[in-house]
Amino acid sequence: MKTKGWRELMQGAVILEAGNAVEFKTGSWRAFRPVWIEENCIQCLFCWLYCPDMAIKVKDGKRAEYNYDYCKGCGICALECPGKKGQKAIVMVEESR
Amino acid sequence: MARILAVSGNEAVAEALRQVNPDVCAAYPITPQTELMQRFASFVSDGIVDTELILVESEHSAMSTCIGASAGGGRVVTATSSQGLALMWEMLYIASGLRLPIVMPVVNRSLSAPINIHCDHSDAMGARDSGWIQLWSENAQEAYDNTLQAFRIAEHMDIRLPVIVCMDGFIIGHSIQRIEYLEDEEVKKFVGEFKPLNPLLDIDNPKSYGPLILPDLYHEYKRAQHEVMTKVKDIVLDVAEEFEKIGGRRYGLFEAYRLDDAETALVILNSAAGTSKDVIDEFRERGIMAGLLKPRLFRPFPYEEVANALKHLKAICVLDRADSFGGYGPLFMEVSSALYQVRERPRMINKIYGLGGRDYLPQHAEQVLSELVEIAKTDKVEIIKEYIGVRE
Ligand code: SF4
Ligand code: SF4
Repeated sequence: MKTKGWRELMQGAVILEAGNAVEFKTGSWRAFRPVWIEENCIQCLFCWLYCPDMAIKVKDGKRAEYNYDYCKGCGICALECPGKKGQKAIVMVEESR
Repeated sequence: MARILAVSGNEAVAEALRQVNPDVCAAYPITPQTELMQRFASFVSDGIVDTELILVESEHSAMSTCIGASAGGGRVVTATSSQGLALMWEMLYIASGLRLPIVMPVVNRSLSAPINIHCDHSDAMGARDSGWIQLWSENAQEAYDNTLQAFRIAEHMDIRLPVIVCMDGFIIGHSIQRIEYLEDEEVKKFVGEFKPLNPLLDIDNPKSYGPLILPDLYHEYKRAQHEVMTKVKDIVLDVAEEFEKIGGRRYGLFEAYRLDDAETALVILNSAAGTSKDVIDEFRERGIMAGLLKPRLFRPFPYEEVANALKHLKAICVLDRADSFGGYGPLFMEVSSALYQVRERPRMINKIYGLGGRDYLPQHAEQVLSELVEIAKTDKVEIIKEYIGVRE
């Protein structure tokens, strides 16, 4: 997207379309990527509840994949995940790896 | 038919607000503005206006409330003085940055410390860079007329900017003067129905005010804000022309008094211009070609027009009722910037007068005009910036 010149801006920086935060892909901020290990998942959905960016999808009442477009990699889901028998179902992996 | 009365400046501006009947007013009392809002509050409690008067706990909250109400889509006013305006500081920039057409009479008063409740222009000069339009008024009549015109200027669809209307605290705010009021119907027609632009209360079209703008666009937003300021002059003149048709009084970007054939002149804001004009008349009777320029639109400052009006003079004195400590007076800085662009320009001096309500007397104008006559003769300036009316 071409960045606007000063003549093209909405005066007062008012945003006229509601709900356009969806266009802002905050996933690019991520330094660490959460990775879901399905076999350790007990389907408690804590991760879905805690994620501040609604980046964890739920399908038919079950934990589904991440939406990496919006996951900022804060690590809250990995911290809260109880996992199975001491085995985390979410681990954080450095993006550059 | 105009109604002719004897009222204080505060009362005159409160009457203008009554006639405009704004949607929302959020205000906090501060001397010498208090009487203005007290009178307006009476109109509200007597049911004479429909305004929603919101009483707040500080001027910071007053301006914040005005910003919310204006973004909501209402015609909004407040008024303040001195520390009140200073406390609004961060919100002033938000009002102008969001392009909200709020109208705010400022009854000029000095700033603490030491604490003082009397007139000078330090308060409004502190808001100089905040992106608000500033109109200055010599007397109650001008304050009334400027307040009415301020709504038209602020709400003009090509600009949408907040406007401050200045008048001198106590000297004008509390003094009884002759005034001609317009009829309610005339005012109503002149200011017209308020037209909201992108109102938040249009709930079928939700929108957001105040997003975070990072280095990729902030510079562009400020460039756009500079651009809109360049359009203000013409709109101020158009509104003044329309006002003259109903009010009979002519306004411009500044008043030029006996300036065309003058050799020396004073440049001075607000009430002290009145005193100065009397002294200029006396000097003229003695054959001394003196004149005066009284700015009305201080922000945006009409540099070219002021330079054109002053460039033929031999010597001028800019009198400031505010100081920029460590710098020249704020009005002097503007006038020198304006004249620097002219090759042949007058000699200039700067006098600081009347701080904290110190009287500006005819003898002060005489003293300055006599010094100018001397400078015009010798082409020599001894001291550029100096306090006058000060005890040694
Ligand atoms: S890392 Fe943070 S943002 Fe990403 S899915 Fe987990 S909780 Fe949500
Ligand atoms: S918090 Fe962990 S165990 Fe619970 S649903 Fe999410 S991934 Fe599965």
